[in-house]
Amino acid sequence: MSEANPAAPVVIVGAAMGGLRAAESLRRSGYTGAIRVVGDELHAPYNRPPLSKEVLATDVTHEAVAFPSRAEMGDVEWMLGVRASAVDLDARTLTTDDGNVQQWRALVIATGLRARRLDFAPIAGRHVVRSLDDAMALRAELTPGARVVVVGSGFLGCELSATARKLGCAVTIVTPSAEPMMRPLGDLVAKEMRRRLTEEGVEIFSGVNVAAINGEASVESVELSDGTVVPADVVIESVGSDCNTEWLESTDLDLSDGVLADNAMRAVSTSGLARDDVYVVGDIARFPNPMFDDVPRRIEHWNIPTDTGKRAGAVLAAHLADDGTFAEVVAKPFAPMPSFWSNQFEIKLQAYGLLGLVSDDDIRILEGDLTEQAAVGYYRDGRLVGVLGVGMKAALLPYRKQIADGGS
Amino acid sequence: MIKIEVDMNQCQHYGQCVFEAPDNFKLNDDDKLEYVAEAPDSERDNIEAAVDVCPMQAIRIVE
Repeated sequence: MSEANPAAPVVIVGAAMGGLRAAESLRRSGYTGAIRVVGDELHAPYNRPPLSKEVLATDVTHEAVAFPSRAEMGDVEWMLGVRASAVDLDARTLTTDDGNVQQWRALVIATGLRARRLDFAPIAGRHVVRSLDDAMALRAELTPGARVVVVGSGFLGCELSATARKLGCAVTIVTPSAEPMMRPLGDLVAKEMRRRLTEEGVEIFSGVNVAAINGEASVESVELSDGTVVPADVVIESVGSDCNTEWLESTDLDLSDGVLADNAMRAVSTSGLARDDVYVVGDIARFPNPMFDDVPRRIEHWNIPTDTGKRAGAVLAAHLADDGTFAEVVAKPFAPMPSFWSNQFEIKLQAYGLLGLVSDDDIRILEGDLTEQAAVGYYRDGRLVGVLGVGMKAALLPYRKQIADGGS
Repeated sequence: MIKIEVDMNQCQHYGQCVFEAPDNFKLNDDDKLEYVAEAPDSERDNIEAAVDVCPMQAIRIVE
């Protein structure tokens, strides 16, 4: 491996929230050298969650969702509209799709996820919602009376259903699951969510897949695996996401699910070695969180890019400072509390911890009544690992603390 | 002294700021956000963290 060139910039690949937070954290942690952020979207970093909810329901603009730019970020270089195509970890170079090869002193991997698509021929009227441009394109078609089929019933699919309904569309959810949000929330809560969504006028076809998307110039109907044909003007595909790791495939990094990192967010190779000059942040990072155990996991919750970006920036700044503080910074406890929320009609969900770690379906109503407001506990081997508020917020705080303290 | 502004039209009362800067932000008994608009300079890191974690990006520091 060649010596790192101290004149080369720290290159952050990915110009969304995780990349932004890593850059801010480098500056706040005292790194004054060059930082360059490379991103494939033309927009400066923006906040994605409102794109399926508040902002989609009103005017979708960059201004409405852009993150504020901090003073200390003034000399950060933004290379936008450029996609990373390959990286050489030994030579410390990054190749982008415009043919440019650039040197880096340290690399931050923040390329995140992309929306998965259904495997059908392209036709007008098919949409996904991941980026601002996606949301703008969809917003133009969500006109009153439009018939919208949402494929998939995760949080995103259910939020989009609610927003489309609010905008006056006729909405049908098509899902292979038995109930909406079944996988993240469990059967008990998911059944109640179905009742509420149905009450709001959303039609749900569950336990079925899409067999075909029919139409001449644009979508006219969706054919289901049980033969049902649902008329449609718009199809929104919210069927999960894939990690943007293709540009890393020639490296020896562990890409078995996202990019493996240690608890200091240093990238880890297939032979188990962590690199002090390569970091991973955001929902592409598979890292261990000692709040739960030592198993590395990817967490697709909104707070994770911020928490991992701050952590990576602090550790990398200490590495680059070379002032003897590195070991101390690495050893600092890092156990971010996963949290998410979802608004659908009047349904306000808020959660802390990792609900998905529940074992033996040990899900308990801790307070309240699911048909109104409730706090729901998710237990693994008798320990609280997640709490969900249905219309409850402040009441969750003691449970949040219990999770942070190890669940008992 | 730091001056804080919360856009209460945007705020959805998620309460994430409460964990970062409990001296300035809290959820009341109705799950609504209440905040103190001024903080000593020693609180700057906490207030900035609260700005970062707001899901609606509704909090700003008035410089």
